[in-house]
Formats: sequence, C-alpha cells, structure tokens
Amino acid sequence: MATAFAPTKLTATLPLHGSQENRLLLPIRLAPHSSFLGSTRSLTAHSSRRLNHAHATRRSPPVVGVQEVVKEKKSINSLLITKEEGLVLYEDMILGRSFEDMCAQMYYRGKMFGFVHLYNGQEAVSTGFIKLLTKSDSVVSTYRDHVHALSKGVSARAVMSELFGKVTGCCRGQGGSMHMFSKEHNMLGGFAFIGEGIPVATGAAFSSKYRRDVLKQDCEDVTVAFFGDGTCNNGQFYECLNMAALWKLPIIFVVENNLWAIGMSHLRATSDPEIWKKGPAFGMPGVHVDGMDVLKVREVAKEAVTRARRGEGPTLVECETYRFRGHSLADPDELRDAAEKAKYAARDPIAALKKYLIENNLAKEAELKSIEKKIDELVEEAVEFADASPQPGRSQLLENVFADPKGFGIGPDGRYRCEDPKFTEGTAQV
Amino acid sequence: MSSIIHGPGAATALSTFNPVDSKKLTNLSVRSQRYIVAGSDASKKKSFGSSLTVRHSQKLIPNAAAVATKKEADTSASTGHELLLFEALQEGLEEEMDRDANVCVMGEDVGHYGGSYKVTKGLADKFGDLRVLDTPICENAFTGMAIGAAMTGLRPVIEGMNMGFLLLAFNQISNNCGMLHYTSGGQFTIPVVIRGPGGVGRQLGAEHSQRLESYFQSIPGIQMVACSTPYNAKGLMKAAIRSENPVILFEHVLLYNLKEKIPDEDYICNLEEAEMVRPGEHITILTYSRMRYHVMQAAKTLVNKGYDPEVIDIRSLKPFDLHTIGNSVKKTHRVLIVEECMRTGGIGASLTAAINENFHDYLDAPVMCLSSQDVPTPYAGTLEEWTVVQPAQIVTAVEQLCQ
Repeated sequence: MATAFAPTKLTATLPLHGSQENRLLLPIRLAPHSSFLGSTRSLTAHSSRRLNHAHATRRSPPVVGVQEVVKEKKSINSLLITKEEGLVLYEDMILGRSFEDMCAQMYYRGKMFGFVHLYNGQEAVSTGFIKLLTKSDSVVSTYRDHVHALSKGVSARAVMSELFGKVTGCCRGQGGSMHMFSKEHNMLGGFAFIGEGIPVATGAAFSSKYRRDVLKQDCEDVTVAFFGDGTCNNGQFYECLNMAALWKLPIIFVVENNLWAIGMSHLRATSDPEIWKKGPAFGMPGVHVDGMDVLKVREVAKEAVTRARRGEGPTLVECETYRFRGHSLADPDELRDAAEKAKYAARDPIAALKKYLIENNLAKEAELKSIEKKIDELVEEAVEFADASPQPGRSQLLENVFADPKGFGIGPDGRYRCEDPKFTEGTAQV
Repeated sequence: MSSIIHGPGAATALSTFNPVDSKKLTNLSVRSQRYIVAGSDASKKKSFGSSLTVRHSQKLIPNAAAVATKKEADTSASTGHELLLFEALQEGLEEEMDRDANVCVMGEDVGHYGGSYKVTKGLADKFGDLRVLDTPICENAFTGMAIGAAMTGLRPVIEGMNMGFLLLAFNQISNNCGMLHYTSGGQFTIPVVIRGPGGVGRQLGAEHSQRLESYFQSIPGIQMVACSTPYNAKGLMKAAIRSENPVILFEHVLLYNLKEKIPDEDYICNLEEAEMVRPGEHITILTYSRMRYHVMQAAKTLVNKGYDPEVIDIRSLKPFDLHTIGNSVKKTHRVLIVEECMRTGGIGASLTAAINENFHDYLDAPVMCLSSQDVPTPYAGTLEEWTVVQPAQIVTAVEQLCQ
C-alpha cells in the first residue's frame, strides 16, 4: 500500500491485525469530561468503570485529542508545512540516509569497527520529532543513535570522527557508535543496553521540572526518549512510564517500533503488541502513528511536545516504522521476509516527502536535487575530516575516567596519582 | 527496621558501646585525629584547582584548633555538639542542601517517612517534596533518573533503603554512573552520591545483610567511602556531595546510634584519605565501618597483653590511601586486615593484593585478612555471629602474626 499523506489520517492500518476492527488502532481520543486521563474506547466497560472509580479523585486537565488538533488545522490551512519547513525536513532526512549509507561503506572498508547500527528507513521519526525541538531540549537515544545526533545538531564531522575513533569525535573517540553524546546540543546519549537510556531521559525531564518548580527558573525544556519495540518489554520502560506520569514530567517516550529486535519479531516477544496502549495504563496518552510519514509524526510530535511544555506531563508515541538494513552491520538479515521488506521499502519516508513537496508545489525537483548534492558533499567532507584527524594518544587513556581525577587516589609516595607524570602519559598503573 | 537499632539487641551487638564508652573512644580517636587533621586540609579544599600537595604542609589548620580544644576542654559547651551518627549524616546533608540549591535527595521513603534510618528526617518539610523525592520502588529507574538529573545540572543524593537493594540498580551504577563520563569524552559529569545502610545487622537475614562494596569495587569511574563515626559520617557526606565524581557512601545498619561530639564549624573529610585511629608500633590493622569497633575492642585486650597495634580505618574503599597504609606498613612490617566483606573478592582481597604489590619488601609476615565467611548471612543469632569476625579472632590473629 502506498503511503497516503493525507493530513487527517493519523494511523495506517497495522498489518499485524488484519481482521481486527480499526477501532482498536485509532489514537486515543481524550474525552475532556473523562476523569481518568487516557481512558479509551477500547477498554471494556467493566475495566473502565473500575479505573474511572479508582482515579475519580485525580485532577487531570482536559487534553485535546490529537485528531481534533489536526482537524482544526485542516480547516485553516490544507498544507501541514510551509516550504521552508519542508526543505528543512527533507534535508535532515537526506542527511540521515546519506550518512548511514556512508557508514556502511566505511565499515566494509575497515574504517570503523564493532557494532554499528544503522537507521535507514526510520528517518521520519528522528526528523519528525527532533526538528521541533530547541537546542536546550534533550534527546536520549539507544545504540541506533547516529541520526538522532545529526538531527539534534551534532555535526556530521563530529559523528563520523567518533565512528572512526578519532580525537575529533564528539566523544573524543572514547564512546563510539553506540555512545553519541553532545553537551552543546543536549544529546544525552547513545546507550548500548536497551532501556538504560530511558531513566536518564526521565532524569533530564526531572531536571526541567526541578528548575521550574524548585529553582523558580523559566524552564520549558522537554526531553524526548527514543527506543525500540524490544525495549518495551523491559522493566526500566515501565518504571519510567510510572514516574513520568506520576510527577508529570516533561518527557515524550517515542517507541520506534520497527517490528524486530535483532532476530526476534515483536509479535513473538510481546503479549500485547500494541505498545501505545501501555501509555493509558500508566495515566498518559498513548498514540500510534505511521512512522514512515514524517508529516504525521510531526503533527503528533507537536501535540506531545506542547503538552510537555505546558506541564501536562508525558506522552507515549508509538511510531510504526521499519529499518531497511539489518539490526547492525554484522547482521546478515536473513530472517525477515522479503515481502515485508519490499512493502516498507515502498513506503520510504524520503520518497514520500519528496512526492508531497513536489505534488503540493512546495519545492521543485531541482531544488531537492541540489539539497541531495549538498548533503553528499557534506558527508564526503565529513569522511575526509575524520580520515585526516589524529587517533587518540596514549595520554588520553586515563583522562575522563573521573571528572575529578583525585578519584584515582593517593599513591604510596603521598602524592595524588593524577599528579604522577606517567598519569598524563597514560602509562601509570592505577 | 530502625526499631532493631533502638532495641536491646543493638546494645548487645556493640556491647562496649554505650554513650560513656563512645566518649572514651572519642578521646582515643580525638588524640589521633590530630594526625588526620594535619594531613587533610579538609576545610581548605575547595576545588580541584587548589593545591594537591597540601599533605606535605605543616600549616596549622582551623580544625586542629577545634580538635585540640575538644580534647582539652571536653566539658566546654562552646566548641562542638554531641549527636548520633544518623543525625550527623542528616546535618551534613542539610547543610549541603542549604548551601547549594541543586542538591536534592531521591529514594524510597526519604520524604514523608523521614528515611528508614531517619537520615532524612525533617528535610521534606523544610525543602519540599521535589527536593526530597519519595520515589516508587524502582531502584534501577530512579538511580538512572538521578544520573540523568546529574547530567543536566542537579546534584542528587540517592538513598538505597538498604544497600542490598542497589543490586537492582547495578545496570545504572555500572554503565551510567561509572562509565558515562568517560564514554561521553568528559562532556557530562555525574556528581551523584549513592548512600545507604549495609552490612550485617541484627538477624536481618541474608538479603538485608549484604556488603555491596565488594561488588561495586571493580566499576571504573566511581569512588567508594565508608563512614564509621559521626565525625567522619558528616565529613564524608559533605565531601561526597561536593565531589564532581560519583561517590558511593557506605553506612552501616548498626552504627547509626553512635554518639560523638563533632565540631560546630564547617568541615569535610577528604574522600581519598584513610583515618589513623590508634597509632602503634607492632602491627598495622586495617579496617573500616563496623569492624573498626571490633578491632578497637580487640585492641584493648591486646594492649593489656602488651601489644601495640596501629589501627587505621581505611575509610576510602576505592581508591585505597596507599600513603597512610604504606607508611604504617613500613613502620610495623605486619598487616592484618579486618573486614566485614566476604572472603572471596572482598575489599580485603583487593587490599591484600595492593599491599603485596606495593610494599612487599617491607613485610615480615604474610598479609593476613580476616573476612566474613563466604556464607549467606544466616538468620539465627548464633550462626550470624560466627559469620562475621569477632574481637577474639582478631586477638588471636595478632598474636599469631606477631610471633
């Protein structure tokens, strides 16, 4: 099925439940009069009565349903984006795609090693969310973090150098593919273990709330946490959904449901595969959106980010997306069905946006081509930069283990070990 | 759980430990505290930028005056105030929270309940529910949350209701707390303090009697300290909060009611230094936390028998203060380590290795290490007593080493 870019259609039919009613797949309609935030039509009468009773005393502000927002927009202006916005989105997605393709090339040429997880196919999610954020908002990701870093503003040079393990990398070559950090751009990582970034994101959101409510500063910073379908079976996910909803933290939990956790199909691993439903269970809206459509993702993201900034709390957004490549560059990707891959390849988010821009006269083919060329050059330049950058010297080995290197302790001679000249050379025994 | 401490059981556990005796002990440590005070420029240490070679200076430090006065005029009400160890921790925490609005507390029952051992009592009333955060029971997630908050500017103090519960937070402590500063290339600091009661208590059962210092010691990027007196409890708490490194502060369930007079003025204890408890000539006894008191009890017996043990409370479990320890070894040539960790892979095991590596030439006898048995702590009182090192064993070990 080709992507339909119609603004009002917020969900595509999940291929998972062919025979079930579409009613279950619609995003949550939040009835303003409901006393329970997140009650859905799909709950049985019995359980919703029970839940409503239990939460009858909870004061929850009425939340405008996502569908309503979009319907409103439609009447005012039939296009979801302006030309400038469209070009920004297009450029960001092309950057993500080109960069990842270059990573694959470089990996097979022996310029980078280890586990490299590419984002091809999922660009709509990263671009859709992160292009709405300010520099002081935070993003937390997983090991599939190159494109999140790029969307957040980390330069392609810095990311490529990090992948090559050079000193000019964003983490001085110490992090690698799975640990992209940038203090300047508030990219809070890059985590190798799934789920371990979600509490960190919750903490960043807590910081925002603390700054506002305790330190009385003007702080509207939100945090967006990206993670996959596999992570949604992990305890840390649930623990954080609970805390975020409990304290109304300004965070958006974005599930990049690409249906596969390495070789484990989401359906084989999850008792109830509809992840968005887990939001209301914790008292926050759960939304399902077509993650191959950057405009739909962006609409949902706008609402979720606005909610968070207004202090109304977290949102769980499940983006149905797909990775065109294997789990990592070491994954032969033999398990996934060719037909499934073909189906999603036909829904390539970049091709879809291109079509939308051209069909709605927002951009010309030539303009888009020039963007692609610009990005190609940018990525090539990044590779050249990374190639030319020096590798870390021995002296870097012991730096950064501690923020305060006194933590290495006092040596037998009475001096702090970090004062030992061998320490700065990186040859000291600690 | 705190009722166990208040009950008669606690009195027997530290049988030489009633307020009167603690004062005697305080006098002992007061005399020897002059050593640490001279060595640690505690009150002057502000930032990393300040001189690190302060240890060699002989300048008189304000604390020295306070300590001297403490000894000479114990009955004077103007210097120092007496309090229990948990109150000292609370005082340290409160002072740091007053000093820096970014310091906050997170943990189970730290707020309205005041902390399971009352370390955070009254703080929620004073600072509010967000600064003293009652978390749901999800150690891994709230530890991670504290780490994320630390990365974005706050300075959280995480309380594990019992240190054993932090096993659930191991993922966050190891990967993020310890390693994140490094993997981010130094961009993000994690100035958290993780604290809580651990150690073998009064029949608390195996799971509540764990010594997590042995599990955490390999994690790169963290520091571990153990407090043992009200003085160093407050000092270490404050130093840990001010440190830019993640610090794990180990408290002991049975030591919360120790009473001591501590200085009125602001002071911190150096995180990397050991504490000389009792200088001596014949043998170096290295210990920390609760075992310090078993050692001091054994020391009384040993002194009566004519031995002169030097007792050092290592305080810094990671990294070891090899200067204080080394100087002692060079003097006495015999080392006995008394710890509460299990035999296998404990702090004692690492310390033995470090001493053998660094001071082998100075040893007249092999390093002996007395640790708890490699046994899950039994519930039965008699069995529990046999799993931890008792003063009699310490006396025997010293006699053996000094032959």
